[in-house]
Amino acid sequence: MDAHFLGDTAVLTGRTMRHVTRSLDTIITTAITPVAIMLMFVYVFGGAIDTGTVSYVDYMLPGILLITIASGISYTALRLFTDMQSGIFERFQSMPIARSGVLWAHVLTSLAANAISLAAVIGVALIAGFRSGAGVAAWLAVAGILVLFTLALTWIAVIPGLTAKSVDGASAFSYPLVFLPFVSSAFVPTGTMPGPVRAFAEHQPVTSIVDTLRALLTEQPVGTGLWTALAWCAAILVAAYVLAGISYRRRIS
Amino acid sequence: MLAAMTLPPATDQVQGPAIHVRGLEKSYKELRVLRGVDLDVERGEVLALLGSNGAGKTTAVRILSTLLKADAGTARVNGFDVAAQAADVRASISLTGQFAAVDEILSGRENLVLVARLRHLKDPGAIADGLLSRFALAEAGGRRVSAYSGGMRRRLDIAMSLIGNPPVVFLDEPTTGLDPEARIEVWQCVKELAEGGTTVLLTTQYLDEAEHLADRIAILHRGRIIVNDTLDGLRRLLPPAKVEYVEKQPSLEDVFLALVGEDREPLPGKE
Repeated sequence: MDAHFLGDTAVLTGRTMRHVTRSLDTIITTAITPVAIMLMFVYVFGGAIDTGTVSYVDYMLPGILLITIASGISYTALRLFTDMQSGIFERFQSMPIARSGVLWAHVLTSLAANAISLAAVIGVALIAGFRSGAGVAAWLAVAGILVLFTLALTWIAVIPGLTAKSVDGASAFSYPLVFLPFVSSAFVPTGTMPGPVRAFAEHQPVTSIVDTLRALLTEQPVGTGLWTALAWCAAILVAAYVLAGISYRRRIS
Repeated sequence: MLAAMTLPPATDQVQGPAIHVRGLEKSYKELRVLRGVDLDVERGEVLALLGSNGAGKTTAVRILSTLLKADAGTARVNGFDVAAQAADVRASISLTGQFAAVDEILSGRENLVLVARLRHLKDPGAIADGLLSRFALAEAGGRRVSAYSGGMRRRLDIAMSLIGNPPVVFLDEPTTGLDPEARIEVWQCVKELAEGGTTVLLTTQYLDEAEHLADRIAILHRGRIIVNDTLDGLRRLLPPAKVEYVEKQPSLEDVFLALVGEDREPLPGKE
């Protein structure tokens, strides 16, 4: 059956992509919260935050991009949950297809939908004064980290998508993920935070990822922070993938 | 209509009964739902599995359609073991679950094309168009399913199940929640399936549905099949009929169908 994995996944991805393109509001609402936060910080709070020589919009854009992904993946959980509720998930599982293609279709659709939302947010950031002299290689590295982060968070989203009992349960998991960048170096340098908060902020995944993205976009050396960021993304990805696999097998046994 | 049904089945495993179940057990924690189910369904037969709510009908169907693993016992569908040859079982069956499993955001035609493509059939568009007209959905085919009535959804659901002509079809409470006319449409579908030689296992709570459609009727009670016989055979379980004279009143269903017209045009859109 796995001979059809690519073909079946492509057909199923076509289906979930139609769900996205036929409800463009999900892309807009994904982008609207991070855009609102960005505008508020740039034009209200940003003036009071000292980020050295880097302009504030350049400083905080990486954090905004991570918030965009965190709010975008809640729609992946929602789409998967809807498939579970409507019975179409079971229809696919009872058909002679590559069964895991159903999940991969949701994951690939999540990557595509988040890419569109991220492009929209970067577009608004450009209007708000964001500038970067980063070259092609640096931008590719930024894209690669964002894809890896989206992939990791999407597999987290698969877990409530498969196991939630209600719509609220399927999307509520993303709130802490959206909140995490606020307690990191995304908006404020961690040096101003009180001891325990600072310790948390400096050792949670968002800080290393944000710092790496910021270094790439502002043409600074990334240092060893890059490896910390990649390790966090990979660790979250592997853990979420394994847990999603367990939830999936529990669902079909 | 029948011509479409006489196509050869998708797989060629033809030995033994279409469904063969022995000693099937399944528990959810403490609750023993199936306690040793034995069941045979011959090829081309329509078997109605009756049982009250919670009797385990859906659990049995889910095990037979490879969605759930049994705790003990064996089950073969179209000659294939549901545990060891799940992929072959899935190539032999179609499942129509309790709720119409259709994609609300796609159109009716897109739903059919999707299933035809997943079954790797040639010319999915033509298959979809054929089924749309056969199930009186041609006019509604381009519209999103979210605008369909309950009966139209169920017809589309069953049409999706027939793609690829699987030799065994499971229908889990196919008429629950449907109005009387939609129910009769579903019955008509099942009869056509049976005439085309498809084996149908149908679960239902409606006894008249079993009487209308089934060659054999099995009753699932407290986790076991307590009887499995033809309607006449089941009738012989009770004392012979007494002759009584009763005034034949039309049933409410007769009145309802006479008033709204049994042969009305299929509604093109939302009722």
